[in-house]
Amino acid sequence: MVGLATVFGSGAMTNSIPEIENNDVLFVIGSNTKENHPVLALRMIKAVRKGAKLIVADPRRVPMVRFAHLWLQQRPGTDVALLNSMMHVILKEDLVDRDFIVTMTEGFDREFIKNLEEYTPEVGQRITGVPKEKIIEAARLYGQAERAGIYYTMGITQHSHGSDNVFCIANLALMTGNLGREATGVNPLRGQNNVQGSSDMGCMPSMYPGYQRVDNPAVRERFQRLWGVKLSEKVGLTAPEMLYAAEAGKLRAMYIMGENPVLTDPDVSHTIKSFKSLEFLVVQDIFMTETAEIADVVLPGACFAEKEGTFVNTDRRVQRVRKAVEPPGMAREDTWIIMQLSKRLGYNMRYSGMDEIFQEIGMAWPAYAGITYTRLEKGGIQWPCPTTDHPGTKYLFKGGFPRGKARFTVVKYRPPYEEPDENYPFVLTTGRMLFQYHTGSMTRRAKAIETVAGEPYIEINPDDAVTLGLQDGDMVRVSSRRGEIRLKAKVSRRPDRGVVFIPFHFKEAAANILTNSEALDPLCKIPELKVCAVKITKV
Amino acid sequence: MPETSLTKKMVRCSINGVSVEVPEGTTILEAAKALGIYIPALCYHPKISITGACRVCLVEVDGAAVVSCATPVEEGMTVITNSPYVEELRKDIIDLILSDHPYDCMVCQKAGDCELQELAYLYQIRYPKFQGKKRMYKKRDGNPFIEREMEKCIQCGRCVKICDEVQGVGAIDFAYKGFDLKVCPPFEHDLDCEFCGQCVMVCPTGALVGKDWIARGRQMNIKKVDTVCPYCGCGCNITLHVRNNEVVRVTSSPDTFNEGYLCVKGRFGYKFINHPDRLKSPLIKRNGRFVEVSWDEALDYVAERFKEIKERYGPDALAGLSSARCTVEDNYLFQKFFRAAIGTNNIDHCARY
Repeated sequence: MVGLATVFGSGAMTNSIPEIENNDVLFVIGSNTKENHPVLALRMIKAVRKGAKLIVADPRRVPMVRFAHLWLQQRPGTDVALLNSMMHVILKEDLVDRDFIVTMTEGFDREFIKNLEEYTPEVGQRITGVPKEKIIEAARLYGQAERAGIYYTMGITQHSHGSDNVFCIANLALMTGNLGREATGVNPLRGQNNVQGSSDMGCMPSMYPGYQRVDNPAVRERFQRLWGVKLSEKVGLTAPEMLYAAEAGKLRAMYIMGENPVLTDPDVSHTIKSFKSLEFLVVQDIFMTETAEIADVVLPGACFAEKEGTFVNTDRRVQRVRKAVEPPGMAREDTWIIMQLSKRLGYNMRYSGMDEIFQEIGMAWPAYAGITYTRLEKGGIQWPCPTTDHPGTKYLFKGGFPRGKARFTVVKYRPPYEEPDENYPFVLTTGRMLFQYHTGSMTRRAKAIETVAGEPYIEINPDDAVTLGLQDGDMVRVSSRRGEIRLKAKVSRRPDRGVVFIPFHFKEAAANILTNSEALDPLCKIPELKVCAVKITKV
Repeated sequence: MPETSLTKKMVRCSINGVSVEVPEGTTILEAAKALGIYIPALCYHPKISITGACRVCLVEVDGAAVVSCATPVEEGMTVITNSPYVEELRKDIIDLILSDHPYDCMVCQKAGDCELQELAYLYQIRYPKFQGKKRMYKKRDGNPFIEREMEKCIQCGRCVKICDEVQGVGAIDFAYKGFDLKVCPPFEHDLDCEFCGQCVMVCPTGALVGKDWIARGRQMNIKKVDTVCPYCGCGCNITLHVRNNEVVRVTSSPDTFNEGYLCVKGRFGYKFINHPDRLKSPLIKRNGRFVEVSWDEALDYVAERFKEIKERYGPDALAGLSSARCTVEDNYLFQKFFRAAIGTNNIDHCARY
């Protein structure tokens, strides 16, 4: 998000889900779409069946590879080299969109071109392990496309150079003019129901609702007037920084609503230690999660089926969430709990209903101003939607970028923070699987799901299994510099030799006991959950 | 749907005496649909390719019976969809289908929502007039999601096609021949697929239903609430079926932007809502154990501790983590709480990237 906002002045999926079927080339990188965005993947399959070409770049043979014309199996953490190398070919073969570059962008200069010159397909092959012929073919397919869309998720962002990866993707789209038009774009697929909405709402230490910076005095002044109170001018702490600050005794209390960082954050023992250093921890959730267990106070919230409100999906579609059942026992809506606490702290928030809160959001950020609960009765509306007669925006950047001209970024390949060595010879990458969701507090309570996918596993390439003397189903111990877990080996051709995969849903073998909390992207502080070094032994 | 007149040659025909112009290649069934004329059909489905197997959509063209779902309109064609000849044929075909059907609508999950039952009703077929062998299967599919009662299968092929053409999986296909023809997974193993339930959505009978739905409520006393799926970022529109304050089923309407398609989590992952493990009371930890308390006690305690810490160490000693799982309104108030009530920008959530 931060990466895209830097380049374009706004961070979201540029185009829409229904447009996918009209792409003529789809470039899916670092996204296991068929398992993680299953319904969106159906649009991709439809596009392919209508004649579009699909390029999948992923270290694992993810299910979308079945539909792909070209599969680039890069080593984990080498995306910058792969993308730069593709751009090298596009530049060399003059597949760039000169008009677009001249009128819509800046920074396509000698330095940028010179940097790409280093990344010949041969260099690309050496770093990524992808044969140079495939890099060239991918570059030509993408470069010659009329309407090419790029789709990515955490396989791109959860790296110590995640922002660099995003910059490369933006460069690729800008260079070929695949932005600001229908069925093109740079499309980060959001992994949770309301990631877009919670980002839009400014649940970030540097931004108010609508990506407006807290350290901009004019912006702050506006929010002070809207909320009738003096606001802090200091940029706050990011989530990983909070944990370090807690450990250092600088942070004393935390209030966590609807997250389970003990399982989702890297290095579980570090996370638990940090939370335990706090004087006071409040967790508001629908289940007794691993994080709630170590809290001082637990507040029971209402789930999505028990409240009114809105979610914003991955293509910026604001949609109504409606109450279907009553919350169990004394559980209450999150908004009620927050308002009650706020009142007790001497700041009164009074709203007659969710629509009134939504109206205030429209005052805080014009992109929501034209959306009302009444309009949403007829279906979702995609922001920006500045006025009540505006139909909403299918795709962004038609006729220009919010920051004026979009900017090219010079990006150099940096290896992942932790690379395999003699002691820890395997690269571990983590992610989700189709049946489970995140830490499983919801899906693991569906018996049917547990029946088909209730056990943690590690995917290991058959050749590696032979070397380790492993059979499918054997128990193994997987250890990293942070800790170790035990789980079953699943011998599979999905990962390449030297690469293993563990889904992070299972607390009994939590993948994040192994991952690294020190490897953060310098710009957006995302942890490198997609690459760390591990060793595997049979038990 | 037919393309626009700009790109395609148009042809004219008459259906039940009404003249209509449609792009070349449009089938009789689609043309009739455009006119609002209903032709019953069991294998036809707008999301999949044409099958032409069930014969229920027969119409009369120039005195002959043709399959309307598979016959394109030709210039000057005269179509009658409801002549006594066609209606008689159609009734016999439905009757034939019913001759090998369990007739257990009383306990069938699909009753009231079944396309075959509806046709039997429209044509008032109380008892089938044809008698013959009935399929009986001993083995039940052991998968945990989808009940496959193959005695109720009318072999329309919708499930086979949607699985292959839309879902891209191909978990099932026709096996055996003649009377033994059967839709099944390879080697009749238990179904082992993505369990998206797209097949369940298009099945015209009770042959495919969700296992969790059975005996939890059909049409009566069901409240339907349209909302949005709580899992990934696709934002699929879902409809919660509620009975006695319990979500008993999830569906999605074909006119939504996700076209009615869902995944296994969206369609079958709703059991957490009414799960006994849900937190039901505020809890305060005393001597290492959680104790149930009233809201007032919990809120007073939290507010007091927050105040105390803020006074002693300043507002930046407090921080909040919000959630990409909660609503826009929840998130807006949560960050406003930290910024306006506490006075710090220490607010983040896991999906900032």
